[in-house]
Amino acid sequence: MTDVHSLDRVVIRFAGDSGDGMQLTGDRFTSDTATLGNDFATLPNFPAEIRAPQGTIAGVSSFQLHFSQGDVKTPGDQPDVLVAMNPASLKANIGDLKRGGLIVADRNEFNRRNLAKVGYAADPLSDGSLDAYQLHAIDLTAMTVAAVAPFGLGRKDASRAKNMFALGLLTWLYTRPAEHTLEFLDSKFAKRPEIRDSNKAAFLAGHAFGETTETFAVRFEVGAAVVPPGEYRQITGNKALALGLMAGAERAGLPLFLGAYPITPASDVLHELSLAKEHGVTTFQAEDEIAAAGAALGASYAGHLGVTTTSGPGMALKSETISLAVMLEQPLVVCDIQRAGPATGMPTKTEQADLFQALYGRHGEAPLPVLAAKSPADCFAIAIEGVRIALRYRTPVIILSDGYLANGAEPWLVPDLASIDRIDPAFATEPNGPDGTFLPYARDERLARPLAVPGTPGLEHRIGGIERADGTGAISYAPDNHDRMVRLRQAKVDGIAAEIPDLEVVDPSGEADVLVLGWGSTWGPIDAARRLAAKAGRPVATAHLRHLNPLPANTGEVLRAYKRVIIPEMNLGQLATVLRATYLVDVQSFSRVRGLPISPAELSEYLISVADEFARAAATAGKDAR
Amino acid sequence: MSTGLAKIPLSLTPLNRKEFVSDQEVRWCPGCGDYAVLAAFQSLMPQLGIARENTVIVSGIGCSSRFPYYVDTYGMHSIHGRAPAIATGVAIARPDLAVWVVTGDGDALSIGGNHLIHALRRNVNITIMLFNNRIYGLTKGQFSPTSEAGKVTKSSPAGSLDHPFNPVTLALGAEASFVARTIDSDRKHLTEVLTAAVNHRGASLVEIYQNCPIFNDGAFDGLKEVDSPAVIPLVHGQPITFAKGELGVVRGADGRLRVRATSDVAPSDLVVHDAHAKDATLAFELSQLTDTQTLSASPIGIFRDVDRSVFDDQTRKQVSMPLDRASELQKLITGRDTWTVL
Repeated sequence: MTDVHSLDRVVIRFAGDSGDGMQLTGDRFTSDTATLGNDFATLPNFPAEIRAPQGTIAGVSSFQLHFSQGDVKTPGDQPDVLVAMNPASLKANIGDLKRGGLIVADRNEFNRRNLAKVGYAADPLSDGSLDAYQLHAIDLTAMTVAAVAPFGLGRKDASRAKNMFALGLLTWLYTRPAEHTLEFLDSKFAKRPEIRDSNKAAFLAGHAFGETTETFAVRFEVGAAVVPPGEYRQITGNKALALGLMAGAERAGLPLFLGAYPITPASDVLHELSLAKEHGVTTFQAEDEIAAAGAALGASYAGHLGVTTTSGPGMALKSETISLAVMLEQPLVVCDIQRAGPATGMPTKTEQADLFQALYGRHGEAPLPVLAAKSPADCFAIAIEGVRIALRYRTPVIILSDGYLANGAEPWLVPDLASIDRIDPAFATEPNGPDGTFLPYARDERLARPLAVPGTPGLEHRIGGIERADGTGAISYAPDNHDRMVRLRQAKVDGIAAEIPDLEVVDPSGEADVLVLGWGSTWGPIDAARRLAAKAGRPVATAHLRHLNPLPANTGEVLRAYKRVIIPEMNLGQLATVLRATYLVDVQSFSRVRGLPISPAELSEYLISVADEFARAAATAGKDAR
Repeated sequence: MSTGLAKIPLSLTPLNRKEFVSDQEVRWCPGCGDYAVLAAFQSLMPQLGIARENTVIVSGIGCSSRFPYYVDTYGMHSIHGRAPAIATGVAIARPDLAVWVVTGDGDALSIGGNHLIHALRRNVNITIMLFNNRIYGLTKGQFSPTSEAGKVTKSSPAGSLDHPFNPVTLALGAEASFVARTIDSDRKHLTEVLTAAVNHRGASLVEIYQNCPIFNDGAFDGLKEVDSPAVIPLVHGQPITFAKGELGVVRGADGRLRVRATSDVAPSDLVVHDAHAKDATLAFELSQLTDTQTLSASPIGIFRDVDRSVFDDQTRKQVSMPLDRASELQKLITGRDTWTVL
């Protein structure tokens, strides 16, 4: 019997060719990990090409999973385990693997042709170059083909089940339950029994291989994480966003209308909502990004919750419609699932470089609220917050997510819909002006205007992109009126700060000189880096912005309370620029634009170096004082 | 099928033209053809019998797109070219609204060409009034996508090189289910065509030849003479003749439509107009009789009026709201694969 060792946390990366089924393998392992009560975070990483050339570095697809009995905020820096289905996936990923880490490689694929394709002069499985790792070179293909032989598939089809063999092996190695994957295969391939049976056979063969051979000296277990009690599920950012939009609409009592045009990595939100037609959700796949936004605006005008989803290039196309929504003061929820840009950039890779576009990417003075989700599950809450602000303030709202949040998964304490505050769209039904007239641009205490939905008798009125007279909404070119309206629209958005929570600082030691302030998906890496720095004896404080416009009312005060403020961003310092301009605080940027989440290890090293700089300065100052 | 106004509440009291006149001062140039269309529209509206608050007019940008401001219903003056997209959202969301789109040749055919063709192919239940004055008026006189080639304007001092669009041909190419052409000066015809268009279920495109007295005056004068030989009237079920009956449309031996002196052909050889033909071929052929360069000939009337599946009706059919929306949504939020932490 193999020994079982307990581990606190493990990072596994499954890597193979795009056609090798690595995303599915990773997903399954994640699901089994979830049911064991581990905390986890995932990072799918795949090429933009649907079928990139086989066996090349460009065609490598990987899925990384970090799971632990402690809490997990990121998919992890360095994998402990690398499953490499071919030479390309070994070459592309070996640089990240921890020294001493475990490699499971499919020996069958390491033939001369495949090695040459990625520039290996010698076979790394046998030339000693992997001596620093625990290498398990196994002929996954041959064993899979043998295992599925009874089902009469050709060799090519048979070998396609090798991802299940690898999954079976890892399932055994990390003492995951096998039954969920078997049930999954039963239902996924219910209509194709030969595929179902061959995948199950491959999975069981992989599991048995681990158990019966003495290849692996130990197997591992990772205990359940200590998390608040309750019912949990696994959720990706795009799924959470879709559910959050639905929840916002339900809380507002409005039907949900999504106008969208397919674009990576936002399309999954369209897919999710297209499955929800029986929940009163209308989805409209428009002819282009402009029409998607336009139709959403039209539906909003007609009394639905109008939503449009996209990524950076689509945002650029929608900006004219968003500007009109600002002018009309019409609710509209715009979700930008950011990807690496500009132009096509790297569509399947993450970035947060659309902040300026969200804040400023319009013509004229066109302020609007901007929100950003901090984790996959937070996409749910941020969507509801976006709906609330859009309806309460009669304004378009931009919600920023990114490719990492969109596709990354984490455990989610299932929220209770009924406990979420209702949102009152407060449509106008009665005249509000003298002599029974309707003043569409009168304002309430929040400076929000009344919304009369077409079909409401007696409130017929016209709105449009031409500047309107304060109150009556009639066309106006009067200089003072325009000045007043520009300022009113700005004041309305600025005033939202009164209804959003203050920026909270996490500073367990209370002794930090350095504050790390983030926004969006850097939340996980920043928190992980804070813990690494604290472990190294350098306490740093952290804070995170979910509201980018307006910023929380106490932001300036928080920034000024620290000797150094560091802003890690997956852009060249966009939030840093905003904070410098707004608060005249000399914040420092920590920029990484590699299409990947910021590495906690790299960030913590930087934080430690900054903390040490302060310590030396303090010591020198002490000497001088003597 | 074809009751474009089905599902729209009727007015409880009879309405009159004045109730459709807003308090805004109309600011088109004196003599603009838009006045005639506005007047015809405001007279037509009470006759439809639907509640005033259930009409929405969405326009783009351009002189004609000021239209919604002058009609006392709901309305939105939106973005250049985008009115069909916005109207699509309104129409999908609300079957109880009569949705009109007001647009021009530049708005619909240049910057908004994509939205126009997609609204037509989807067959969204909207009525599009395309004011074609063959010029950019609001921006003070540049050639438009319907201007004749060689047109000398401020932006084309050596003559424009663009081949003009034929809006009817374009709409038929997109397989629009209702396509018509009328003239601003012929109030009776304009009213008849608009009435047929709004009663058509699906997307209706009405091209309205509209004079711009400032930048393209007289563009349609040839069509406005009494019994003008340039006007080819299209009446469903009638043989196609014009020029006081002296000319007629026949099908030549090569299968193509030809204009012949009626005295030279047997009455049975005259092509009988069939706007309801399922196939758009005849309508397309008739649209090709238009001389888009000098308008020496132009068919006027309803080219095509057929029923086909309506996008917004079909979209709504797929969507349902559960009786217990919150608990159904809670099930979705919870999902099927959960674990409990004690």
